Amino acid sequence: MIALSDYLILSSILFCLAVAGIFLNRKNVIILLMCIELMLLAVNTNFIAFSHFLQDMTGQVFVFFILTVAAAEAAIGLAILVVLFRNRRTINVQDLDRLKG
Amino acid sequence: MPFDAANLLPILPEIVVAITASLVLMVDLYLKDEHKGFNHTLAIIGLLVAIGFTGAVGGGAQELFFDGNVVRDAMSDLLKGAVLIISIFAFVYAQPWLKDRGLLLGEYYALGLFAVLGMLVMIDANSFLTLYLGLELLALCFYALVAFDRDSPTGSEAAMKYFVLGALGSGMLLYGVSMIYGATGSIEFGPVAQAIAEQGTKDKVLIFGIAFLVIGIGFKFGAVPFHMWVPDVYEGAPTPVALFLSSAPKIAAFALAVRLLVDAMGGLQADWQGMLAILAVLSMGLGNLVAIAQTNIKRMMAYSAISHVGFIFLGLLAGSSQGYAAAMFYAIVYALTAAGAFGIMTILSRKGFDVENLEDLRGLNDRDGWYAAMMAIMMFSAAGVPPTVGFMAKLLVLEAVVRIDMVWLALVAVFFSIIGAFYYLRVVKLMYFDRPTTDAPILSSGGVRAVMSVNGLTILFLGLFPAALLSLCQGAFA
Repeated sequence: MIALSDYLILSSILFCLAVAGIFLNRKNVIILLMCIELMLLAVNTNFIAFSHFLQDMTGQVFVFFILTVAAAEAAIGLAILVVLFRNRRTINVQDLDRLKG
Repeated sequence: MPFDAANLLPILPEIVVAITASLVLMVDLYLKDEHKGFNHTLAIIGLLVAIGFTGAVGGGAQELFFDGNVVRDAMSDLLKGAVLIISIFAFVYAQPWLKDRGLLLGEYYALGLFAVLGMLVMIDANSFLTLYLGLELLALCFYALVAFDRDSPTGSEAAMKYFVLGALGSGMLLYGVSMIYGATGSIEFGPVAQAIAEQGTKDKVLIFGIAFLVIGIGFKFGAVPFHMWVPDVYEGAPTPVALFLSSAPKIAAFALAVRLLVDAMGGLQADWQGMLAILAVLSMGLGNLVAIAQTNIKRMMAYSAISHVGFIFLGLLAGSSQGYAAAMFYAIVYALTAAGAFGIMTILSRKGFDVENLEDLRGLNDRDGWYAAMMAIMMFSAAGVPPTVGFMAKLLVLEAVVRIDMVWLALVAVFFSIIGAFYYLRVVKLMYFDRPTTDAPILSSGGVRAVMSVNGLTILFLGLFPAALLSLCQGAFA
């Protein structure tokens, strides 16, 4: 029997990987988008694990909403990426330095 | 379980905004290029009707709808009204700018209206799910709006940065929500608060969750150290979008913070108070100090926004109903001021020229005395100079902090707001005591001038007679 804590550790590892990926990645914007998806999946794992162990459906319903929003978010992210590439001819994170923040 | 149609009554304003947005999407297909202005008329009418409905269904005690997922209370009535009014300002200021650049497209209004809808849903939310959906609707529309000028390299870069950091913020928030769901077994604020009251505040999972919630709120507000996106997005976005982004969403973010921290996590006030205090001090400090060094006025306003977020947090962390009311007053006043200041920048921009640098405001008084006076009012209000309403807002927040015996925090706030006064007054000096560098005429229609006058005079009027708005704010937390 897999315990609740195992699921939580798995999801926290996924979450940390995603956040590390966003901050460490200096090469490719597409990897940033993948990291964002990974982060949401870590959250979903959390919700499903809690939902199962609490015997409560709400968590699973929440997951469906997160999946839907994540799909919309990916669509917008890729659209912005296309615009960015058309204007700048690059999707290298290091080259995004026109604005100095 | 049968559906009760009475549920639809309190969300009439949302329904109207949703219908208007869909109408704009459809009507836009059949409009010729020279008639695109009709979208604008449609959007304004929709928002006005929504304001009417907000007033009509508002008032009275707190009520829950949709099985406890939606709430209507005094706070939601007031915040919805404020968001709708400020959105009208934002659309009116934006119209000539968009027309000049051939960007007067239906998409701007559709995205803008859906963003307004997202804000209204956030304000109405009584469960984590509703709140998350509203937040994402708002954020997704704004990612697209920032990249609205498709051929601008800075616009698309700003949009990308905003998207990545915004999604990171939402992810943090959701991770916190999942922890809280695990600890309390519910996603509705009422049962969550009840569970926290029953099981005490020592649960490690709960503390873990609330830390992530505060980080997410910090991202959405743009509080230091989660502020990296704010200056870049303000600078890179088209001026009318920066206007929109800097005003109404701050009110929605305030609603987000209150719903999460007060409605759901009120029992853990001792835990989030310290976190908010750190964010507030850092925001006020870094925001005001870095703003001094800016030559780009949009970046300066961005750092000014960061410092004002610190003040809003001061009111929230006081944890008293008086503190919440003060923070609410501050958020509304700040949104009005930011809308006006960015509005002036939008009005002064011409085809092929955007007000970007402080120099561009040089000698505004000689070019157009009335707009210079309005901008001066905005700057005085942002700096907190009486008799503008900014002074009143700062005073109320500080009073709330002093009342909970955190005098040191009030002193820090006063110290940094004095530093901050420098860069606001520099703008006034540039407008009144320097020669203009250009004599290009300022093109603006009578309608825009009237709305700007209303905006500026409201700030002055509220400063002289703050009682009406203040009592509404206090009523929301009575």
